[in-house]
Amino acid sequence: MSVMRRLGLGPDRATALHVGVLVVLLALHFVLPDYHHISIARIMVLACFAMGYNIAFGYSGLLSLGHAMFFAAGLYGAGLAAQFLDVPATGGLLIGILGALALVITFGAVALRTTGVSFMIVTLMFAQAVFLIIYYFGEFTRGDEGFIVPDAMRAAFGYALNEPTARYLVAFGLFAVCLIISLAIARSGLGRVLVAIRENEDRARMLGYDIYRMKLLALLISGGMAGAAGAVYAMLFGYVGATFASIEYSILPLLWVLVGGAGTVLGPFVGTLAMFYLIDITSGLTTAYLLVVGLALIGLVLFFPKGILGTIRERWASWLP
Amino acid sequence: MAALENSPQTSPDILLETKGLTRHFGGLTAVDDVDFRLKRGGVHAIIGPNGAGKTTFVSLLSGRIRPSAGTVRFAGEDVTKLKAHARVARGIAYTFQITSTFQAMSARENVMLAVQRRLGGGLLGPEEETLRREADHALARVGLQGLEGEKAGILSYGHQRLLEVAMGLGLAPRLLILDEPTQGLSDDEIAAFIALIKEIAATSTVLLIEHNMAVVMGLADRITVLDHGRVLAEGTPADIRADRSVQHAYLGG
Repeated sequence: MSVMRRLGLGPDRATALHVGVLVVLLALHFVLPDYHHISIARIMVLACFAMGYNIAFGYSGLLSLGHAMFFAAGLYGAGLAAQFLDVPATGGLLIGILGALALVITFGAVALRTTGVSFMIVTLMFAQAVFLIIYYFGEFTRGDEGFIVPDAMRAAFGYALNEPTARYLVAFGLFAVCLIISLAIARSGLGRVLVAIRENEDRARMLGYDIYRMKLLALLISGGMAGAAGAVYAMLFGYVGATFASIEYSILPLLWVLVGGAGTVLGPFVGTLAMFYLIDITSGLTTAYLLVVGLALIGLVLFFPKGILGTIRERWASWLP
Repeated sequence: MAALENSPQTSPDILLETKGLTRHFGGLTAVDDVDFRLKRGGVHAIIGPNGAGKTTFVSLLSGRIRPSAGTVRFAGEDVTKLKAHARVARGIAYTFQITSTFQAMSARENVMLAVQRRLGGGLLGPEEETLRREADHALARVGLQGLEGEKAGILSYGHQRLLEVAMGLGLAPRLLILDEPTQGLSDDEIAAFIALIKEIAATSTVLLIEHNMAVVMGLADRITVLDHGRVLAEGTPADIRADRSVQHAYLGG
């Protein structure tokens, strides 16, 4: 039971909610029509990217504008290893995560010497550098045209990952792991320290916490999750391109987290889901769908200033982790 | 006042010692060549007129700011180059002059943060139940039992001051530095505070910055008077009361 408690699981509402969400997502595998089946798989993987971002931004207050580089490290780590070294999915995932962690240690460790606006600019700058490096090695990466991951390498434990069932279940597996890690952090001493640093860094320091080390730890977990999401994305959807390293993919997780609720465990998933289907549905109705999306975001800022789950927690459900 | 130049190696009953401690802010010398020794146990007060450099001095002890010159030794170890968090780990706790709690967290969580730092407990921290128990114990010691679940931000000012002290206690420090703890408290609250500090000083060492002379005289075993960043006088409360230079600094002309 102690292991369960350490993971933030116990006989309470929060556990019931998060396990319930997992059960529903697993059940959806059996009932969803093809189009939504692949959409939800994609959303679950992107939500892992957002959950990683949430550890840095939502819990630790690190407003990074460069998380695309961690996602791209996973994406290209797995993709290039499959393309040129014949490494299949499991090895690709490992390489992707290690690639993202290496970026955190080199670039993140430098960026953490700054705070506030400087931190935003430095992370943005490093991510742009990574973006340009991808173009520089266009011979291998094929730049923004990208490349298709060989089908033979898109396999794990004998299952082809381009098959709908394996694709959905792998996406679900990654999502479940990231969600449980997020929940465990949020409901542990580690989460409390990260929030303390976000709220009052000076006081946290005078309680004896090494602020730099704690932020680096948060960024390692955050970047590691983003890298895992990138690697799995490459393997499940089979395409690797420089768009995923562009500024757009640094802004998107920020947007998803803000929409769903920064500093809530389920917020990143809710935000990713909401934004995905908002664009999906409105773009089917009108060519001016971005106008509708913009209006929806303005409404959100007006009525849900702390994001969907952040506002729900504030007004009605203070138990929500 | 006593000269320290020829003092022997740090004796075991000295908890903290500074030599030539100096801090400039631009052209201003806030702390000027201070030699200071703090004995283990009891309450040592630092007093002085406004702008005497008291807060700067204890900030140099806690590592919040770096000295321009001089050394700080704590429990026989030179801690001058250690950062603030590392000094806290060695047992120097500092409570803020301006109340600085985590406003959106409960009183219990505020103290849990302090306890957690002390207990360690790996990546995710110690078991929540252990933390909770120790935090509630610290809160009870300062008289905040029953308010554990309240958000720190909505506590009364006096209770927030007590919460600061409870956070200090949560660290189980060897040296507790209290920066003007009774500022803004009512007379009743001050009386309770004096009793609390006495109890803490029985098992730990308290370094107290205080303006309220009744509190200082009622609590301190020794007093150091700072003026213009320099040590003006040091001694027992009776010595200080009789010291003409102190009277001059406080009352003028």
